Amino acid sequence: MAIIEVSHLEKRFGDNTVLKDINFSVSKGEVVSIIGSSGSGKSTLLRCINLLETPTSGTIRYHGRDIQDGALPQGEFHSKVGMVFQSFNLFNNLTVLDNCVVGQMKVLKRSRRESEENARKYLERVGMLPYQNARPAQISGGQKQRAAIARALAMDPEALLFDEPTSALDPEMVGEVLGTMKSLAQSGLTMLVVTHEMAFARDVSDRVVFMDSGVIVEDAPPKELFANPKHPRTREFLSRFMQG
Amino acid sequence: MSFPSTFFGWVAFLLDKYGMVFLRGTGTTLLIALTGTVFGFIIGLLVAIARTIELRDRAPRWRKGLMSFVKGLLAAYIEVFRGTPMMVQAMVIYYGGMQYLHIDMPVMVSAILIVSINTGAYMAEIIRGGIISVDKGQVEAAKSIGMTHWQTMCSIVLPQAVRNIMPSIGNEFVVNIKDSSVLNVISVSELFFMSKSAAGTYYRYFEVFFITSLIYLALTFSITRLLRFIEKKMDGNSSYTICGSQTDSRSAISVPVEKKEA
Ligand SMILES: Nc1ncnc2c1ncn2[C@@H]1O[C@H](COP(=O)(O)OP(=O)(O)OP(=O)(O)O)[C@@H](O)[C@H]1O
Ligand SMILES: [Mg+2]
Repeated sequence: MAIIEVSHLEKRFGDNTVLKDINFSVSKGEVVSIIGSSGSGKSTLLRCINLLETPTSGTIRYHGRDIQDGALPQGEFHSKVGMVFQSFNLFNNLTVLDNCVVGQMKVLKRSRRESEENARKYLERVGMLPYQNARPAQISGGQKQRAAIARALAMDPEALLFDEPTSALDPEMVGEVLGTMKSLAQSGLTMLVVTHEMAFARDVSDRVVFMDSGVIVEDAPPKELFANPKHPRTREFLSRFMQG
Repeated sequence: MSFPSTFFGWVAFLLDKYGMVFLRGTGTTLLIALTGTVFGFIIGLLVAIARTIELRDRAPRWRKGLMSFVKGLLAAYIEVFRGTPMMVQAMVIYYGGMQYLHIDMPVMVSAILIVSINTGAYMAEIIRGGIISVDKGQVEAAKSIGMTHWQTMCSIVLPQAVRNIMPSIGNEFVVNIKDSSVLNVISVSELFFMSKSAAGTYYRYFEVFFITSLIYLALTFSITRLLRFIEKKMDGNSSYTICGSQTDSRSAISVPVEKKEA
């Protein structure tokens, strides 16, 4: 059963068509990686799914319901499909714990107590419980990203979108974040991950989507896509990546 | 009756005779400046928030139309009140209200009203700058967990924006202490007005306004220090606590953190 279903999605910025006729879906428990060169539209696709950009045309369905249809409350949808950003985007005025609490209280109307309990559960999960009282300015990049993952998880989402979650990190911190994501993937969370980490795409995901110039060129299980890419553009991208 | 013959003699004489007058004038000035700054802040906050609202592409046309009309009005308000002297605004509002709207406002009320509206126009721009200075990523993150524009503003953006613009807010307060002196044109019994009447009796303008300037200076100096102290307080704890270790979950280590200058 598809949780997220994108059909005929198109996105233009002025004259620049960034996404063209995108069709794909993500099923429950699936981990899908999106790869592709810079500027191919990966972030824009994720941002459309998260309603941070308005698609020019096409539909995005969540459990069969159009997410742009007014009937689906945006708050409800957003709490079900969370997002983790390349630049963390933690709330700088709040502690790590409160970063994970504020959404639960404001959007899900949970009590402070319940929100804190739930937040601590996920902070523990990502190994950030000891830093619950720290402010974002006081922790490292890898810790920030793990806190941001806990913030998204604290909303008890059905699916998480990741936009290059390790690209802004120092190399020695990439591992801790990928480790966290890997354990989430194994726990059955539905994940859609834009990444340049080919090892993650190959070893952790169930499917890999290759994008180029705003279109999905190939969509296949990682074994197939990496061992045996069908499209010349995929081959070219992968060979460039494996060398560099 | 003999009059003092030296400068300090006059100062002492005037302080003795008009001490209460100076004090009342100072109180009135402080009251106008403080309430004017507070109301001005509230006006500026509402105007700035309204100006940052962005309707979605799919919003109905009448709402978009209404929104741009309101935004136009707010822009005009800011332009007009920042582009004319407060002294002129005071005359127009006070006498305009009296002659055409037939409201006989107590001068004190008009004084506070004028300072508030005037400060509001400046605050709106200051606060807007503060809102813009909070990076957009945090707003998107708030949206991505389902928070509304209003919730995001109140819980995330404004606390940071207000902290960032604290120096400018304090500056507005100091400016209001000084600039409320122009309200003497509508005969508000603020410090300048009171000084003028005290000076008139004995024609001792220099001595009286020497005292007056010392009072203004004392006010602005102490308020500037007080605000700086509050800013420091607002920055909160400079340390955090790491709770629990692998061997003892009750242990706690306090980590002091060196402040990064923003
Ligand atoms: N807000 C915007 N306004 C105008 N053009 C935009 C905007 N956002 C993205 N674009 C353009 O859309 C194209 C795709 O951008 P996008 O960020 O989706 O690429 P990407 O695949 O995520 O690249 P990267 O790997 O560098 O993150 C780019 O050409 C970019 O310039
Ligand atoms: Mg991107």
